[in-house]
Amino acid sequence: MRPEVALPVLLPLLSGAISLLFWRSRPMQRFVAVAGNVALLIVSLWLFVSTLSDGYVTMQMGSWPAPFGITLIADLLSAVMVLMTAIIGLAMGIYSLATTGRGHEKFGYYPLMHLLLAGVTGAFLTGDIFNLYVWFEVMLVASFALLILGGERAQMEGAIKYVTLNLLASVIFLTAVGLLYGMVGTLNMADIALRMDEAEHTGMVEVLAVMFMVAFGIKAAAFPLFFWLPASYHTPPVAVSALFAGLLTKVGVYAMFRVFTLMFDQTMGYLQDIMLWGAVFTMVTGVLGAAAQYEFRRILSFHIVSQIGYMILGLALYTPLAIAGGVFAIVHNMVVKTNLFLISGITHRLQGTYQLKKMGGLYRERPWLAIAFFISAFSLAGIPPLSGFFAKFVIVRAGLEVEAYVATGIALAVGLLTLYSMVKIWNEVFWKSLPEDNLVPETATPTGDDGRLLKPSLWMMYLPVIVLAFTSLLIGVFAEPIMWVMTGIGDQLLEPRGYIEAVLGASASAEDVLLESSAAAEEESTADAEGETP
Amino acid sequence: MEPLMAVAIGLLYATAIFMMLRRSIVKLVIGLMLLSNAANLLIFTTAGMTRGAPPLIPEGMMQPPSGVADPLPQAVVLTAIVIAFGVLAFAVVLIRRAYEVVKADDLDKMKDTDT
Repeated sequence: MRPEVALPVLLPLLSGAISLLFWRSRPMQRFVAVAGNVALLIVSLWLFVSTLSDGYVTMQMGSWPAPFGITLIADLLSAVMVLMTAIIGLAMGIYSLATTGRGHEKFGYYPLMHLLLAGVTGAFLTGDIFNLYVWFEVMLVASFALLILGGERAQMEGAIKYVTLNLLASVIFLTAVGLLYGMVGTLNMADIALRMDEAEHTGMVEVLAVMFMVAFGIKAAAFPLFFWLPASYHTPPVAVSALFAGLLTKVGVYAMFRVFTLMFDQTMGYLQDIMLWGAVFTMVTGVLGAAAQYEFRRILSFHIVSQIGYMILGLALYTPLAIAGGVFAIVHNMVVKTNLFLISGITHRLQGTYQLKKMGGLYRERPWLAIAFFISAFSLAGIPPLSGFFAKFVIVRAGLEVEAYVATGIALAVGLLTLYSMVKIWNEVFWKSLPEDNLVPETATPTGDDGRLLKPSLWMMYLPVIVLAFTSLLIGVFAEPIMWVMTGIGDQLLEPRGYIEAVLGASASAEDVLLESSAAAEEESTADAEGETP
Repeated sequence: MEPLMAVAIGLLYATAIFMMLRRSIVKLVIGLMLLSNAANLLIFTTAGMTRGAPPLIPEGMMQPPSGVADPLPQAVVLTAIVIAFGVLAFAVVLIRRAYEVVKADDLDKMKDTDT
């Protein structure tokens, strides 16, 4: 019984339920939004410490033995992802207090935020492939509702694309799960991994692997399946954008890491090239898309796509070092990307627009904000000593080790183009003076997203931004211990034996467990019948 | 029975994709509905179709006798149906709102956020 595996899922569900109970009480919902996420952060730290000492922490739901019931399992990768989710969740909880308009709060913003977090942590912690689908749907439904809160035209248009493509991905995922069950007769991921090794190699394994790759590729916004992302992420209120940017695509990437290292490791030789070039094109198209944009959040949205490429590149190179780099990139990106969206929210509050052309002069007015942006943006571009540098460094080094020179070269060039976009934002928003036709009032009255006046609560927006910028700095400064954890993740992922044994027990085969128990039962019955015959 | 189901499922998938490629958002949602139903039928079929053998374990035995229906895919399909129902209810409301806002049942008129 290890409660710390279940708690990161249960706590957000509980917070969501509590805030639903207090549907009409705005202060209570706001309190729960912060308190619940603080609690989530604490249990995530607990889980992280446990996995650091034990390697794997498992819990069988309802005490059903492993391949039959649903298993919750945390290895280092899951624990790190849950920890990052909790950090982002807390930052968003605080930030939302200041930015969420009354109208949004009235229609269930906070309960939806908690449910989204529950879906994300559930997807990270489950050890059952169908359960993974269910958590994906929990996350999606919450994100659908968050995306259209407010109901503006752009949100509707973005939501239709987002909903359609994500549902399509879900159905592909579900189809693949169904076919997989038909083939191996189990849904437990560890058990599937075992039976895939034993199963006859027909073409079906490759077909399934590609179906999973497409399904998670859509969810992770990989080339050529990313079009829903830049069409929708800039439409909702900024807190929602930031939450999505930090968490949603990463769940898709996580699922890829999990599925392809655990279950389809034997197809990797065949898929590696497709994945590698997919990753390269993801990086390039994302960063080029961003270069053409002049809307703050759209630039950032395209950069999400571009960064997804690095993560998938880490997986595609498929060495322990590359996987460590890929996970490092996920961790770094969750912090930095969320922070950039948060900063775009502050600049929107200050200047009333997301159009770069209409903004300006913030370096003089808000030097600390400019520094926070500077840290995050240069970290995204991979300038040492910030967090992005080490993520990129590890991936590039892993790429050179396996002699994937073209992909590595492109990864480096994309870093330069990222820098170009970030410098563009820096120049337009912070450096140049405010254009005269901008109608920003002198006192920059803060308003909620529904246009109602709010109390000037800028510090609640600054606090998460500064904390996240510091986190990015710290990841850069303490890169060595973090890299030590990441190497542990790489080793764990490429050596799935430990995962399988943690789920199924040391005997490591469901068949054996079943046979043993029935044999034991038979022995008992014969012993009963025949007295003391040995 | 299986070949018949395979044909039916294939037709459902094909129809669903065809409907999703239309410009009308109503047809898009109809396509999504068909698609999730096709996936459910597929799970049901791949797990093997067994008639008249409910998965009940006779008293005193540890395992059901061989040849019974597999209960797991049915549970899976049930879950998937519920999820699809909820999501599609959302999608229907969404297209209604979108129609109210955009005043057109045409995806080509919804390109504001793409540029």
